[in-house]
Amino acid sequence: MPQMNLRQLAPGREASIVKITAHGELGRRIRDMGLVPGMSVQVVGRAPLRDPVALRIEGSTIALRNSEADYVDVEVK
Amino acid sequence: MSCPMCERRGIAGEAALTEEERKNGVRIALAGNPNCGKTTAFNAWTGAHQHVGNYPGVTVEKKEGWTSCGEQKVLLVDLPGTYSLTPYSMEERVVRDVLAPENAAERPRAVIDVIDSATLERGLFLAVQIRELGQGVVLACNMMDEARRAGMTIDLDKLSERFGVKAVPTVARSGEGLDKALALALEEAAKPSEPLIISYGPDVDPALLRMTKIIEEKKLLTSRYPARWTALKLLEGDEVLRAQMESADREAARELDEVRRALASHLASTLETTPDAVISDYRYGFINSALRGGVVRKSSTKDRLAFTDKLDKVLTNTILGPVIMLGVVYFMFWTTFIVGAYPQGWVEDFFGWLGELMTGVLPEGLVQSLVVDGIIGGVGGVLSFVPLILIMFLIVAFLEDSGYMARMAYMLDRVMRAFGLHGSSVMPFIIAGGIAGGCAIPGVMATRTMRSEKERMATMMTLPLMTCGAKIPVFLMLTAAFFADNQAGIMFAITLCGWAVALLVSLFLRKTVFRGASTPFVMELPPYRLPTLRSILTHTWERGWMYIKKAGTVILAISVILWAALTFPALTEEQAAPFEAKIAALDAQITPLDEQIDALKAQLEGADATDAMRDMLASLTQQKEALENTKLDEENALASETVRNTWGGRIGQFVEPLFRPLGFDWRTDVALISGVAAKEAILSTMGTAYSIGETDPDEPDSLSARLAADPGWSKTVALSLMLFVLIYSPCFVTLVVLKNEAGGWRWLFFSMAFNTAVAYLVAWAGTLVGRVLWG
Repeated sequence: MPQMNLRQLAPGREASIVKITAHGELGRRIRDMGLVPGMSVQVVGRAPLRDPVALRIEGSTIALRNSEADYVDVEVK
Repeated sequence: MSCPMCERRGIAGEAALTEEERKNGVRIALAGNPNCGKTTAFNAWTGAHQHVGNYPGVTVEKKEGWTSCGEQKVLLVDLPGTYSLTPYSMEERVVRDVLAPENAAERPRAVIDVIDSATLERGLFLAVQIRELGQGVVLACNMMDEARRAGMTIDLDKLSERFGVKAVPTVARSGEGLDKALALALEEAAKPSEPLIISYGPDVDPALLRMTKIIEEKKLLTSRYPARWTALKLLEGDEVLRAQMESADREAARELDEVRRALASHLASTLETTPDAVISDYRYGFINSALRGGVVRKSSTKDRLAFTDKLDKVLTNTILGPVIMLGVVYFMFWTTFIVGAYPQGWVEDFFGWLGELMTGVLPEGLVQSLVVDGIIGGVGGVLSFVPLILIMFLIVAFLEDSGYMARMAYMLDRVMRAFGLHGSSVMPFIIAGGIAGGCAIPGVMATRTMRSEKERMATMMTLPLMTCGAKIPVFLMLTAAFFADNQAGIMFAITLCGWAVALLVSLFLRKTVFRGASTPFVMELPPYRLPTLRSILTHTWERGWMYIKKAGTVILAISVILWAALTFPALTEEQAAPFEAKIAALDAQITPLDEQIDALKAQLEGADATDAMRDMLASLTQQKEALENTKLDEENALASETVRNTWGGRIGQFVEPLFRPLGFDWRTDVALISGVAAKEAILSTMGTAYSIGETDPDEPDSLSARLAADPGWSKTVALSLMLFVLIYSPCFVTLVVLKNEAGGWRWLFFSMAFNTAVAYLVAWAGTLVGRVLWG
């Protein structure tokens, strides 16, 4: 199964989070939102200027900047 | 609220609550994620018995309200919505300080944690942290109706058992389950509660134990936090707690740091991770094991977010999204300023009537002038904004509660980020006059919804540079006088100029005063929901009332001071005498003319009217008019001299050399000073100082004609004044609101001085450009 970071994930594809590589506040906020290893995630949309990106995780939609999505490693299902 | 659960409370419970608590009420806190329906639940519990204020030193809203369960009174504290108990945002710090306050007597007896049933894991993530802090928790699994509709069932008994916390299904909108949750919370309040202890794995646990031991032995902060919780927070790299530890016992803090450093470097070298990542992974692990084995069942066919997804396909579409957003913003403006103009007019009319009434009642003189011009004029000016603020916030509250506001931030974040701001900065900018005609006061208040501190401050400091409605008459007057052939173009350019300067200045501020990396954007796009009327009205009223109360009191004082500055010292009789003598002399000429005219008219009505008589009448009328005009000039000259002599006028003359490079004389300077009271005052003061009598801001034609003919004025001066008025110090109401929202007087002075300095620079640059263009 190919691993990549979240920025590269094509819209609509389901993937599972492998690792959060961000530290400090950003890492904390990403985890607080429920983006943790093992969670399945899907890109559901992008803002008109292609950034930020909207994600679907368990029951909610989370928006992340592309630069923040770089810190989330995923594995395509 | 009645509840059967109260009667079942045993003797043990009675013993645990103090006599005072049973009589005066038990404190229970209400926690939860943003958008989980917590505020709706709070409103349902407390009704109108709410008190809204601010936590000291920060601008996080403090909401408390009374309710009761049977005989027992309960003081509910509605905490701001958070995802976690980290110290990164003001909200999170407030939640922590309320749950574990310095003064143990203020510690809530129990916590009701409201959880959106659709995002159970995330909700429980906060619940675990509250339990670790040692608080007894009751889970209110909210939005159960939505979950049921989406075919989701939660086995709450199993969840309660595994999680060790009571759980109640609730629907805050209908009130379902709320009585029971409160009753359970009271039961929890009457019992001693031990902090939850979970394992953080083979690496963290030993470190945690060692730290806990040190903390317990030396009794560090143990009266406030459980020792293990303190150790956990230190491992997570919590700066606030680290500082508290440092001031409690410097040596122990070092020792604890050492343990943390050892663990961090071990984790970095073996697992390429950090303590806080491991801790959060184990917390989620604990939650997942509690949810395993059929606690949550979902029908795979129904998706609760299907409707939201469909709407988002349109509302955040690459092309349609921005177009609809423009439409929404336009509608907001139209409603606020076109519809709002009516109630605003009524308030103004009321104060106008009150002013006339007082003019009639009070004898002419200083007292009348103080009451009518100073107090009624000043306070009326402030209160006339209230209808606009209420309407604007009604719409803003709707956009916020419906979930659309988060989408606006999402769509515009890319643009705002380039200037060191956040997607959520857009709304405050627009409200403040990003579309000409806004108002900075509700703009500053709208920054409340921003969660990133540095971006919020930069937004707040720069949004007064927008083209607010009160600046527009000044621009209209000046463009009419000097750019009559291209008025609309210049007005549009000014609005754009406001945006450009505001964005560039905020970029500058973010690189200097509010320096630092941008706050993570990571935010939830909540599901679209139709907001309840009640929550919108409550929201609107809270903001409106805060404005009336806080701005009202300070503004009263400021209006009186400004009135005094432009009234005292009055001209001495000697100074006024030459003008009054001239006026009296003119009167002496006018009175006999009047008599002659009347006599002639009477004769003309008679039978023997001749052409000679008619000519005579015409020439006399002409003479009289000429004299009356001269008299008016003299009266205006007296008024101008009066202003020049007041403290305000003297200050204007004092600063004149400073503003000479921009082309302003003392009259303009006084007008600008009075403009700090309210931008509307600029025109009327200029009118007085340029001795053309009171200028009606809606019809500045006479002033504009006067300036166009004045040799001291030119296109260049007009341009420089427009730029200066656009940018310089915000008006006083804005400054006061800014002080409250930014949390300190220093920001009031900063905003005044900094904006004026920027205005000076930009206006000066404008004069250079003007000289090149127009000579």
